[in-house]
Amino acid sequence: MLAALIIVFREVFEAGLIVGIVLAVTRSVPRRNRWIGGGVLAGVVAACLVAAFAGALSQLFEGMGQELFNAAILAIAVIMLTWHNVWMARHGKEIAGEMRAIGQAVAQGSKSLLALAVVVAVLREGSEVALFLYGVVASDGGSAASLTLGGLMGLALGVFVCLLTYFGLMRIPPRALFATTTVLITLLAAGMAAQAVAFLERANWLMPLDTVLWDSNWLLSESSIVGRALHTLVGYTDQPTEMQLLIYVVVVLATVMLMRLVGSERRQHAVASG
Amino acid sequence: MSLATDMTRKLSFAAVCAAAMLAASALQAQQAVQIQVTYSNGQFQPNQVSALADKPIVFRIKNLDGKAMEFESKSLRVEKVIAAKSEGVVNVRALKAGRYEFYDDFNEKARGALTVQ
Repeated sequence: MLAALIIVFREVFEAGLIVGIVLAVTRSVPRRNRWIGGGVLAGVVAACLVAAFAGALSQLFEGMGQELFNAAILAIAVIMLTWHNVWMARHGKEIAGEMRAIGQAVAQGSKSLLALAVVVAVLREGSEVALFLYGVVASDGGSAASLTLGGLMGLALGVFVCLLTYFGLMRIPPRALFATTTVLITLLAAGMAAQAVAFLERANWLMPLDTVLWDSNWLLSESSIVGRALHTLVGYTDQPTEMQLLIYVVVVLATVMLMRLVGSERRQHAVASG
Repeated sequence: MSLATDMTRKLSFAAVCAAAMLAASALQAQQAVQIQVTYSNGQFQPNQVSALADKPIVFRIKNLDGKAMEFESKSLRVEKVIAAKSEGVVNVRALKAGRYEFYDDFNEKARGALTVQ
């Protein structure tokens, strides 16, 4: 039972952190629960589909289907999150100002991007849970009940982490919240990009700069709970390759540059028209 | 406008680089040493395998059990879910001599090790 609890919890925990952040970002968007709830539901359905076809999926691309699929959906999430950040930068002035009504409209504009990011987060973490639980159902009935109980407890704990993240972020004053979530989402996206690199490296699709830079397992293991939280939030890896670090830095810099670019573009436009 | 063309040029350069990388990696993968492992009744068979140092390795893990397993190793930097009754392929880069442990992340009792000489 404990094993089931741990396996389910650590996956739901990772998705829960991301959903918690997205909930905080969209807090003023009307009917956001419908969007995010829809994203979670779509993610769960997709995760079950992926689990059901896991065997077929991994046979693709000479046995590397799973890795490439993971890299692809992570790349989609990176694009969605970066796009969201750039969108917010373009309309950032309205949010920073007192015009809360416009601020709401702006956050609303990128809710579909964020909903998609939620789908991806739930899909990624959920497919492993689905595979594990499917194995539980398929195996002997005796231990199934206790394993299911463990799984449900893991799920409840994961949802608790999601709520903790959300209410933690809600304690930040609205003005600072925008800056905080922008930083969080940028690092989230960079971490996901580095993870995508790891999958491409495992698939042998990406060979250059694959030397491991350091091993900080002794300091903070990636499989510890703090390590996992940092892995999800900022992309912490205890044995990163050079390419992973490079892509991480590139995503952060690209986000900053794109946000500045559209921010200044808008300002010039405002001057020209005014 | 000039920004857009500059961007296009940079992107196409990146695409060419990526294609070259893929070609190089395909070549490298061919020299890999294969290691066959079977997983049944919650155990690896064999659970002790060996390989030569400085050569890439390909694990082929056949999961004969009725449930999924996750082939994982911190030291090998691999993690792969292998569905019930299916085979998983796991690539490992050229290694230094040493002992590298692996296990089933869904079942702590299943453990094994790769010895690299």
